[in-house]
Amino acid sequence: MSPNLADDLASIVGQRHVRQARAERVTYAMDGLPTHRRVPDLVVLPGTREELIAVVRLLAAHDVPFVPRGAGTGLSGGALADEGAVLVVLTRLNRILRVDRDNQLAIVEPGVVNAKLSAAAQPLGLQYAPDPSSQSACTIGGNVAENAGGPHCLKYGVTANHVLALELLLADGSIVDVGSPGGEPWGPDIVGLFVGSEGNFGIATKITVRLMPLPRAVRTMLADFNGLRTAGEAVSAIIAAGIVPAALEMMDQSCICAVEDSVYAAGYPRDAAAILLVEIDGRNADAVVAETEAVAELLRKSGARSVRTAASDAERERLWQGRKKAFGAMGRLSRDLVVQDAVVPRSALPDVLEKIGGIAQHYGLVISNVFHAGDGNLHPNISFDATDPALKQRVEAASAEIMALCIAAGGTITGEHGVGLDKLRYMPLIFDAESLGAMHAVRKVFDPHERVNPGKVVPVHACREWASAHPGAAPRGQPVLARAS
Amino acid sequence: MTIVEKVSALLGEGAILEAGTDRVPRIAPGSPDAVALLLGTAHQEGWRVRIEGAGTWLQSDAPADLALTTRRLDRIPAIEPSDLTATAEAGIGLDQLRQQLADRGAWLAIDPPGLAGRTLGSVVSTATAGPLRHAFGPIKDHLLGVTFVTGDGRMVQSGGRVMKNVAGYDLTRLQAGGFGAFGVIVLVHLRLRTLPRADITYLLEGAREDLTQVGEDVAAAGLTPAALELVSPALARRERWVLGVRLAGSPALVAADEAGLGAASGGGRFTALRAEEAHAFWMRLAEGFSVRPVTFRIGGVPSASDELLDLLQHQLGDEWISASPAAGAIRWTGDTSVDRLQRLRRTLAGMEVPLTLERAPWPLRGAVGHFGAYREGVGPLVAGLRRTFDPGGALVVATEGS
Repeated sequence: MSPNLADDLASIVGQRHVRQARAERVTYAMDGLPTHRRVPDLVVLPGTREELIAVVRLLAAHDVPFVPRGAGTGLSGGALADEGAVLVVLTRLNRILRVDRDNQLAIVEPGVVNAKLSAAAQPLGLQYAPDPSSQSACTIGGNVAENAGGPHCLKYGVTANHVLALELLLADGSIVDVGSPGGEPWGPDIVGLFVGSEGNFGIATKITVRLMPLPRAVRTMLADFNGLRTAGEAVSAIIAAGIVPAALEMMDQSCICAVEDSVYAAGYPRDAAAILLVEIDGRNADAVVAETEAVAELLRKSGARSVRTAASDAERERLWQGRKKAFGAMGRLSRDLVVQDAVVPRSALPDVLEKIGGIAQHYGLVISNVFHAGDGNLHPNISFDATDPALKQRVEAASAEIMALCIAAGGTITGEHGVGLDKLRYMPLIFDAESLGAMHAVRKVFDPHERVNPGKVVPVHACREWASAHPGAAPRGQPVLARAS
Repeated sequence: MTIVEKVSALLGEGAILEAGTDRVPRIAPGSPDAVALLLGTAHQEGWRVRIEGAGTWLQSDAPADLALTTRRLDRIPAIEPSDLTATAEAGIGLDQLRQQLADRGAWLAIDPPGLAGRTLGSVVSTATAGPLRHAFGPIKDHLLGVTFVTGDGRMVQSGGRVMKNVAGYDLTRLQAGGFGAFGVIVLVHLRLRTLPRADITYLLEGAREDLTQVGEDVAAAGLTPAALELVSPALARRERWVLGVRLAGSPALVAADEAGLGAASGGGRFTALRAEEAHAFWMRLAEGFSVRPVTFRIGGVPSASDELLDLLQHQLGDEWISASPAAGAIRWTGDTSVDRLQRLRRTLAGMEVPLTLERAPWPLRGAVGHFGAYREGVGPLVAGLRRTFDPGGALVVATEGS
């Protein structure tokens, strides 16, 4: 890296928006996942689109790799900069450029905080539907990069379903406009390809998203169960009945108690093996009431000990706060927490949950489950102390077993957190060398020199091209566990 | 050896079908692996390949050395009603797929234009959604993953069989609407819904502007129709424009929406169709778009729908049009020229409205292209992606036109 680079960057964004001191850079060494740590060489925080373009063009001229980063709430180590890379932090690009009530869309900069967009849309009777648990901090740019989900994505879809158009800044500093305000692409669906590419294709500098009408009626139910299996079976019963709740979330006892011990206590029954939080919403109050009753009946028939419907907005908010702050509450259990992410077919939930319990027992770990049951999107959370190397190794081994279990059940290794660094080693378990090679080739269309967020998403050593070119070479980075046939 | 002899040796005589009127050999591989073998060979031999499904949608007239039809890829390896997912090969006809899903109480909530036997692969690769896109979104929203074969014979998987999946780049969305430019889709993983327990269609006839207002009132009243489609008189075979409202879902939801529909009708009177009448109405609408030689779709913002309909009427005539005003989607079919289409595409591009040519005879689609009027920087990306997935240029697809 050129010794003058920091000065050149400072001439674009101002000295105070370039972080050089180690003490400053260390604050960017991790994201929401405590198992990966990389201290960037340099951090730059552009404040406008023009500054950002100038920064990226300068980095291109110096042939320096860079990593885009939003609020750093990611859970895959995806926004960490390796040695030699510059971290480009986008949180100062936080303007909502337009909210269009008639066409139900908004145009925002990448650093806009998710919850602030919904707050801006609310007076117009609209909402931005994807609602990750970190929505009070995470940014729309980060959501686009990760194809973020959230509890209400069961009914309304994930980020990819809500992005209409993007202005992209590629690694070479060129600008590309993809998508249209009506959602029809100008050609192939580059918007769909970009969403979830984890920063490997460039930076979205302007994001047009669909807004949705706020529901006119909402009912939130809390159902509690004596067993994880019965709760999982209740989920299947609701899905099979053809009712699509706005959200269908599950928490196990460990998680319930962590929440109830925290300032986010929501009144969840501590003695329950599991609870389901089920929300029905819609534009017609009568229909919402009828569907709520139907779901309550299904829950009871499926073995719920009790089913309670929130009687007020305050009670509803309390129930949701407990769920959304559950990850924070689990900080009480131990020094560190790995929030895992995997997806299984919904009918496999009861079996998979039981087996995860077995894995926890085998490794002597505390694994708490709080997750999007309606989507089959599991979040087994492993509490541990990262300063204990032996314990950390057990956590890694348990994580790998959980991933293998979910794959064997017909699932996948990540539903909303992304691959980043953390899931690289699992990619060859679900994609063969040909498919990984195709992904790698697509990345090179956008970024031929692989300078944006290098080393993430696609384990290059597992691609057919790499294996052919390096016969007998040891894989780089984390070990490959096995290969998909 | 001729191409037919070589392919026969490669895939067996059963893969050779009768050639069409242009005498281009028609090959029907019987498995995804056979597709990979055929395309790998075509790449090595320098054969130009056009992709066909059942031959009911896109005209089979692209100049090529051979036609690869997916019609023998017609298996449904999995239907999982409890998970509401299915896996089907790309050559299965939608009519067969629908029937098998319905037998298991499941529903694929799409109603694309074309004949009932149009293949799943055709619908996915052209991303042609019908009126149900109003409630259930475009085709890509129904996909969990695809397997496709590149122009040089590599088999690539994308996505999976579960509801959420962010492992790797989303090549599924690139394939949906890629018109085969990035490979041949051989297997599709689908997101399903349960068959709606109530499903009723109402029609209202009137002047276009009055019906547009009713459509807006329906939305403002908080109703949640599955489809809200404005249909031109010629397409609907009626005297005046027709607003078709399809309510589908739980009995409670449909009953609530029915109650609200009268109030939103602006004094007009909706007519409820019997089940067989409703089926005939929506089928006629879908089939109408495969009758005339040219069909395209445009997508604007909802508030521009009226202006766009006026523009189409002015530049091409409005005989056969169907529009989902709330989704900003309009489909036109008829007969037109290269010049008129190119002029229209340019005009629309100035309004930030893309025009996607869905079907047309080769001389027209070869000149106009399925896509065009790219925004800044898009052309080189599309060209790069084509080189990636079809390095030898084996697949004959009119991406941008000549």
